[in-house]
Amino acid sequence: MTALLETSGLKAGYGDFQALWGVDITLAEGGCAAIIGANGAGKTTLMRAITGVLPCAPGMVRLDGAKIGGQSVDAIAKLGIAMVPEGRKLFPSLSVEENLRIGAYAGRSGPWTLEAVFELFPILREKRAVPGTSLSGGQQQMVAIGRALMANPRVLLCDEISLGLAPVVIRDIYKALPRIREAGASVIVVEQDIAQAMAVADEVHCMIEGRITLSGAPGDLSRDDIHAAYFGVAET
Amino acid sequence: MSAPAYTVRTGTRASRLFGWGLLALLVALVAAPLWADRGMIQDLFFILTMLVLAQFWNLLAGYGGLISIGQQAFVGLGAYAMFGAVIVWGVNPVPAILLGGVAAVLLAIPTAFFAFRLVGAYFAIGTWVIADMARLIVSQWQVVGGGTGTSLPREARADMWGVETIAALFDMRAAAARDVLAYWLALALAIATVAGIYALLRSRQGLALAAVRDNVEAAGAVGVDAKRMRWSIFLVAAFGTGICGALIFLQNARIAPDAAFSVVDWMAYVIFIVVIGGIGRIEGPIVGVLVFFVLQSTLSQFGAWYLMALGLLAITVMLIAPRGLWGVISDRTGLQLFPIQRRLYGGRIAKETP
Repeated sequence: MTALLETSGLKAGYGDFQALWGVDITLAEGGCAAIIGANGAGKTTLMRAITGVLPCAPGMVRLDGAKIGGQSVDAIAKLGIAMVPEGRKLFPSLSVEENLRIGAYAGRSGPWTLEAVFELFPILREKRAVPGTSLSGGQQQMVAIGRALMANPRVLLCDEISLGLAPVVIRDIYKALPRIREAGASVIVVEQDIAQAMAVADEVHCMIEGRITLSGAPGDLSRDDIHAAYFGVAET
Repeated sequence: MSAPAYTVRTGTRASRLFGWGLLALLVALVAAPLWADRGMIQDLFFILTMLVLAQFWNLLAGYGGLISIGQQAFVGLGAYAMFGAVIVWGVNPVPAILLGGVAAVLLAIPTAFFAFRLVGAYFAIGTWVIADMARLIVSQWQVVGGGTGTSLPREARADMWGVETIAALFDMRAAAARDVLAYWLALALAIATVAGIYALLRSRQGLALAAVRDNVEAAGAVGVDAKRMRWSIFLVAAFGTGICGALIFLQNARIAPDAAFSVVDWMAYVIFIVVIGGIGRIEGPIVGVLVFFVLQSTLSQFGAWYLMALGLLAITVMLIAPRGLWGVISDRTGLQLFPIQRRLYGGRIAKETP
């Protein structure tokens, strides 16, 4: 099986501050990878480098083997990498429906249409005419996910989609993930909630200080391994 | 399998009624030379040209998030390019108006190149500085009168396309016929501007423009090329503003750097119109220009007091109704004359059958 998305020796940062020190992860076609780690581990930076917000060398990110590192944000979006950004970042002047429609701007065809998103999150159909930012946090998160899906992405990046939401709402949102994968998108989720990450992913990568410290299938990793990798505790 | 049972529309009942009203208004405006005297034609010309400037600034600031205070550069350069083409090359003034637009775009390219490196207040000041540089450079151009300015040559005024026909048609003197010609051109420009901006905002690109204004990074993430978007609207606004500037000074028939590059006439008033009417809405500048015209014709005799009153009024509106008079009207009544928001009709959405 060839990798759909691959980073190799990915280094990126903000000006003089280097936040990623050679990150290698692979995402198989149809797979779901989880990136876990504490605050400041570099998870969001990794997402920002993959989507082109932060510059990196061309060979550091590959999609289907083609070098895409450092291309512009909109060019990478058009290749089919869509991100659900941390903090959702809905467009405040647009209605729910317009927020979803703008997601289709990249012009990629596929299973995700306005109707399909309304099927996935029925509450959005009722709220379609109201401003996106007037919704509850969970509903806004649904809009953000729906907006990313409207691009019919090959790779969907979800950055902390459970942040600040009630457990029952998080469960509802994560329930959508299997259907998103069935429809053909490969997924990377960034999570601070280890249990949630272990439940949905078929591969887990743990980050500390800009490096991957542990990788493996959830079933193969013991709690202690993860604990050590997550907090950087030396193994005894 | 089943076809979707819903339709997407942007129109509202009010907007369709408004459509008929608008048609009647346009007919009346085209026929204005039949019912209006020369003074009224000049007033209408003033209203239409200010409306065009305001619509383009609203496109920049209200939709593109580009708060430029240097649009007078394009008014002035457009006007001077028209005068230059007439005086130096002997071009007929009417087609020379288009050259005004072209010249404005040529200035807009380096302006954007430098000013787009700046954001927010720095962008605003940067555009202003560039506009003033343009004024100083044009003041050195002796062929068009340097710092004191010049008039449109007598023969150019006499030969202006269409003037003879209009004079014969309405049985009026050449000077009055020139006003009618300028008025009709302004009416055509205003219609083209409003219709063009409306079409742009209703298109896919309109949504993208709103996305860029709201959040540049998130707009990029859905595949919108924010940089190209900003460049295009800046150049489009410069072109329209340049044409409008050329037209204003064609009607004026006299030009001087201080008048052509006036920050008060072409920027402060324009911002006032947009802010009072409602920024980020097509209806805003229309309401704003009417309010501005009424204020100017009743209060301008008070000189400096009039300008202070305008400033106070603008501040009051910004504090009490930040979305302008049209924002207040629209919120109270739900009216949308130029609806750009898409609405779904037909409550039930067909279930997808697997």
